[in-house]
Amino acid sequence: MKKKTNWLLTLLLIAGSVLVLFPLYMAVMIAVKDPQQLAESLLALPDKWHFENFTNAMEMTNFWNAFSNSAVITVFTVIFTLLTNSLVAYAIARNMHKKFYKFLYYYFVSAMFIPFPIIMLPIVKEMTALGLTNLYGLIFLYIVYGLSFNIFVYVGYIRSIPKELEEAAIMDGASTWGVFWKVIFPLLMPINATVGILTVLWAWNDFMLPLIILSDQDIATLPLVQYVFQGQFSTDYNLAFASYLMALTPIVIVYLFAQKWVISGVTKGAIK
Amino acid sequence: MKKRGSAYILMTVPALLLFFAFHTFPTLQGIFYSFTNWKGYGDFDFVGLKNYINVFKDDRVVDSYLFTFKFAIISTLLVNLFSMLIALGLNANIRFKNTLRAVYFLPNILSGLIVAFIFNYIFANFLPEMAEKFGINSLATNILGNPDLAWVGIVIVAVWQAVAFNTILYLAGLQTIPSELYEASSLDGAGKWKTFWHVTFPLIAPFFTINMVLAMKGFLMVFDQIVAMTGGGPGQSTESISFLIYKGGFEGGEFAYQSANAVVYFVIIVAISVVQIRFLQRREVDL
Repeated sequence: MKKKTNWLLTLLLIAGSVLVLFPLYMAVMIAVKDPQQLAESLLALPDKWHFENFTNAMEMTNFWNAFSNSAVITVFTVIFTLLTNSLVAYAIARNMHKKFYKFLYYYFVSAMFIPFPIIMLPIVKEMTALGLTNLYGLIFLYIVYGLSFNIFVYVGYIRSIPKELEEAAIMDGASTWGVFWKVIFPLLMPINATVGILTVLWAWNDFMLPLIILSDQDIATLPLVQYVFQGQFSTDYNLAFASYLMALTPIVIVYLFAQKWVISGVTKGAIK
Repeated sequence: MKKRGSAYILMTVPALLLFFAFHTFPTLQGIFYSFTNWKGYGDFDFVGLKNYINVFKDDRVVDSYLFTFKFAIISTLLVNLFSMLIALGLNANIRFKNTLRAVYFLPNILSGLIVAFIFNYIFANFLPEMAEKFGINSLATNILGNPDLAWVGIVIVAVWQAVAFNTILYLAGLQTIPSELYEASSLDGAGKWKTFWHVTFPLIAPFFTINMVLAMKGFLMVFDQIVAMTGGGPGQSTESISFLIYKGGFEGGEFAYQSANAVVYFVIIVAISVVQIRFLQRREVDL
């Protein structure tokens, strides 16, 4: 039965979506004008597009450097999170009847309740003492801190996978590691997508951890660079907004192509 | 069998050790230092509960709690209201469903810090300009510069961004409701309003619980928006708890003191999460 389209509601929702898009539209308009055009009109399309704002901002903030820092952090964090966190969760999920693994599960998961500020001051001391106030240290922390939530999500999923599959592989002489990599890991793809997407969003957009851990401006991430350059942007809004937009663009492009996955991935992660 | 056991040990123990070393250990250290007078460098003595007593007597700390709670409660309510409405709309028979859903979800993937920078311009330039045009004098200045109104600006940015995530969750909840139920309800002559309260809402109550808890927890941690928009000001009117711990701990030489503050904050977060989950779950059963 095909129902009638509710046009009133459609219009209301379109009106609402303007509220979502307006700040982004405004950001683009500021980024492509010069100060004089901006003073004349904020929202109108410019008569002449000043794309040099983007190249100037790139030069000023050393964009490609920050971009590659953010990219390196995100890519390595995601790869190692998927490989290691799922492995830990597998061992826990298959041994939940044993006291030690049950303890591990609750140990990791309950850490989600610990607010970051309590760790914030000591972890900086610790990372400084270990000489890890760099990209390696940051990637490492993301992987370790991800354990709490990811084990929660993975264990729930792995327990729903029937054990018969593994038993067959064991009969064929596969080791525990072999079973995990050859049988279990490929079955985890739907949940890997969820964990992967959430990890990308976290590592790419995070501001607090890079702010406190990274000691050197050369290794700053894209959000951190926007913060560091606030003083230098001062009232040069055109340059500042060109820089903001470039920092937002990579993830928006990913979203445009993988929109359905991103939405379903984020939803699954929250409902678990 | 023994070999399998040792493989499982090898899979978990390194993670356990690392998590302990980089999460649990710093937590314990934070608790430990909260009983000392350490500045973050040099020597220190134990001072017992002195930091805790001072935290409760410190107006700046108390104000940061009041601000954070006001901000978190109002934002949580607004976010849940808006996202419920949007989700109901997106779940109805509308056109451009997928495009609209994608647009409404877009803010979720953006960096909170940069979004806040963009909104800074709206509050500093766009809104005052508009207000002047239409003769609304009360809005003719930057609200972020007004100690009584700056928090509103932060609420607006936080809500604008957080609605995306909560909408998608409500939408997922609404999609679990079979359409037969609506048909039955309309056959019984129930109006839209009644249908919502007696059919829709009870069925998505678990999603309401998740959304309230997640939103509240996120807002109680507010940090990026404060850094980007007000730096805690004007005065100290928008200092959130996380921001105060960061600022006092790293810049103010209050390592031990802010550690005590963080411990108090931790206890409060746990208490709120437990109470919220209990309270909202009881409601789910009642409904």
